Amino acid sequence: MLTKHEKELIAKIWDKMIPVASDIGAECLLRMMTTFPGTKTYFAHLDIRPGSPHLRSHGKKIVLAIAECSKDISSMMVTLAPLQTLHAYKLRIDPCNFKLLCHCILVTLAAHMGDEFNPVAHAAMDKYLSAFAAVLAEKYR
Amino acid sequence: MVEWTDEERAAISDIFSKLDYDDIGPKSLSRCLIVYPWTQRYFGGFGNLYNAEAIMNNPLIAKHGTTVLHGLDRALKNMDDIKNTYAELSVLHSEKLHVDPDNFKLLSDCLTIVIAGKMGNAFTPEYQASFQKFLSVVVSALGRQYH
Repeated sequence: MLTKHEKELIAKIWDKMIPVASDIGAECLLRMMTTFPGTKTYFAHLDIRPGSPHLRSHGKKIVLAIAECSKDISSMMVTLAPLQTLHAYKLRIDPCNFKLLCHCILVTLAAHMGDEFNPVAHAAMDKYLSAFAAVLAEKYR
Repeated sequence: MVEWTDEERAAISDIFSKLDYDDIGPKSLSRCLIVYPWTQRYFGGFGNLYNAEAIMNNPLIAKHGTTVLHGLDRALKNMDDIKNTYAELSVLHSEKLHVDPDNFKLLSDCLTIVIAGKMGNAFTPEYQASFQKFLSVVVSALGRQYH
């Protein structure tokens, strides 16, 4: 349940991340794969060393999708429909991993934003990312 | 027994050496109560928890946050036997405080995020991995005596 103020806060934060999407995205993925090594199993086909172009381009895709969705959170089900299909039928990433990436996104945002990522922003962002992950997993079964 | 590499020990040591307990403790606990409001159920006697501002300015919460953070010192001093180090505290949280052990993870996630906010880029992915491994061992030890 997101208030109007929270939705604006979330959109504002992700808007700032768009120009640095590759950096932020790569860092989120790197944090996830370092802290939760099991998640590396989904990236056997990519070069996931720090700074690798694969990591940056893949990270960028993820950040841009999250940022795009944040511009109109109430339309999430529509915006994410193609990604739902992709994750359910092609990628088939176990949804428990979404939580791990969401956590690492929060850590990355905290590391970059410092005090600005205050408890209210953190709560709003956690709610948004949880909703995003839940919608992404909707077509799995 | 949990195996720790030299790098992991060094990372964890470094993080704790830079920690201001009176700052990080209160921030982590209050953040947990704000981000996961259901955790407030354990703090009925702590006064005004009505909104985020009240929680962040609550002196009882602040004091308790510092206490909880100092609780991690035991693990730091006994990294090779964290399991037994927390046996008594585990019994306390189970029998007396009746805290759902899933909540330990919520607090440890908030602590990680507060430290990331403080350390910025110095909280590297490797530091994060070591720190989260440390916290997960503590969390597991705290849940061990529940039955």
